[in-house]
Amino acid sequence: MPILDMSQTDLREVNRSLQTAAQSRANDSYVIENPRGSHAVAVGLDGPLEVTVKGSTGYYCAGMNKEARIHVEGSAGPGVAENMMSGEVTIDGDASQYAGATGRGGLLNIRGNASSRCGISMKGIDIVVHGNIGHMSAFMAQKGNLVVLGDAGDALGDSLYEARLFVRGSVKSLGADCVEKEMRAEHLGFLSEILARTGANAKPDEFRRYGSARRLYNFNIDHADEY
Amino acid sequence: MCGIVGLFLKNDDLQPQLGAMLTGMLITMTDRGPDSAGIAIYDRPRGGVKITVQSERPEDDFDGLEGALEKTTVRDIDMRLADTHAVITVDPGDRAAALAALEARGLRIMGVGEAMEIYKETGLPRDVAARFHLRDMAGTHGIGHTRMATESAVTTLGAHPFSTADDQCLVHNGSLSNHNRMRRRLARKGVLTKTENDTEVGAAYISSRIAEGASLGDALEGTLKDLDGFFTFVTGTRTGFGVVRDPIACKPAVMAETRDYVAFGSEYRAFADLPGIGGAKVWEPEPATVYFWER
Repeated sequence: MPILDMSQTDLREVNRSLQTAAQSRANDSYVIENPRGSHAVAVGLDGPLEVTVKGSTGYYCAGMNKEARIHVEGSAGPGVAENMMSGEVTIDGDASQYAGATGRGGLLNIRGNASSRCGISMKGIDIVVHGNIGHMSAFMAQKGNLVVLGDAGDALGDSLYEARLFVRGSVKSLGADCVEKEMRAEHLGFLSEILARTGANAKPDEFRRYGSARRLYNFNIDHADEY
Repeated sequence: MCGIVGLFLKNDDLQPQLGAMLTGMLITMTDRGPDSAGIAIYDRPRGGVKITVQSERPEDDFDGLEGALEKTTVRDIDMRLADTHAVITVDPGDRAAALAALEARGLRIMGVGEAMEIYKETGLPRDVAARFHLRDMAGTHGIGHTRMATESAVTTLGAHPFSTADDQCLVHNGSLSNHNRMRRRLARKGVLTKTENDTEVGAAYISSRIAEGASLGDALEGTLKDLDGFFTFVTGTRTGFGVVRDPIACKPAVMAETRDYVAFGSEYRAFADLPGIGGAKVWEPEPATVYFWER
């Protein structure tokens, strides 16, 4: 298994090696040692590749991922797995702000907590957070699923479109146009599958579902005076 | 952008290495703030009052300064030179006379206190650290800042930390939007600031609240209500340091704690060389929540 040691290899070289390996579609496995909180580790991978990062990463780890499976054995800084297209990103520790932002597909599995703005403007990604999430999470989220085993901070799902939010713990407050919704069989089925896939220790019926009340979709003429 | 680092030692055996640990942390934050750097380092009080001063022309201004000051003070003073800075230790009874004499000579007072020394200059953090031999400094706790200026000019006085009361200092990542109004409000109460900088107003606000009887925790809590803008603040006091982030919390912050220390960094990178970081508890301080550690 090739090892890239970031104490000896610079970031661009590391990313170039990973990107080349991903594009060769050989399904290789790479290990990254000594990430030391570096920015933009394992970004832009476009193909099947297994990457294990032995430590914590800084801003924008695993950004724009497609097909690759990236496992960070530590914490991740702001913007982890931003704009992911497909594949899987697992964080053993906590993730900082805007984890999984704008993600279009794939799975982001955070075993610790995620801070503010988790899943902001998500567009099809599935995000599972085993701990808590911070304020303004899933702001303007359009599509995909955010599953939280712990608690959610203020203004969850503000200005939400069609993403589905599942929270097991408490929600400090719901954002504008976000409401609790009925949990139907299809939702329980989805939860059961994704909880098993992410090794999450929770039962589907412990969650509540939140979604868009769809009151912001069209301008309400009665509100004209407020502008 | 700016970079903040902080280190509070729980294990006294590490005290001789405080400067070296903080310097390493500071230099990793260079690309968050390459225009200036500063550090406030705290050591156990040893009876005297330490006045850190800065001069643009240290070879002229510091020449003969010790003798001149001793004409105004009752007791002997001690003076240590470090590049553009000098740390002058006076008897507490001579404090007012010494400060007046230093100001009359046009020296810039960086900070005053029984425990605190402040060193700050423009330039790359690596170069600033080398000029002051920060690596060799010992102490109980310290905070550092790398600056990318937004609200005021790149000058020595615009660099952080800002000290507005004995043994108190503040570093800041962000920008305050109501600092002019707050500066006038503080001035009406007789609290004067020296620069046009927003962070100095934040420091003066915290100091004035503490002077009015608030605890450090209450003063930091007050920043959430009375200061508008973006901020991650780290404040140092004689006995410890505190952290508070504005409710939106878009300025990054991460903390690490082991049996030996509590560390603050704008990014995890700042912790990479700390001893035992692999086993540390690492977490992100919550928005609008005050944290502090004291000895």
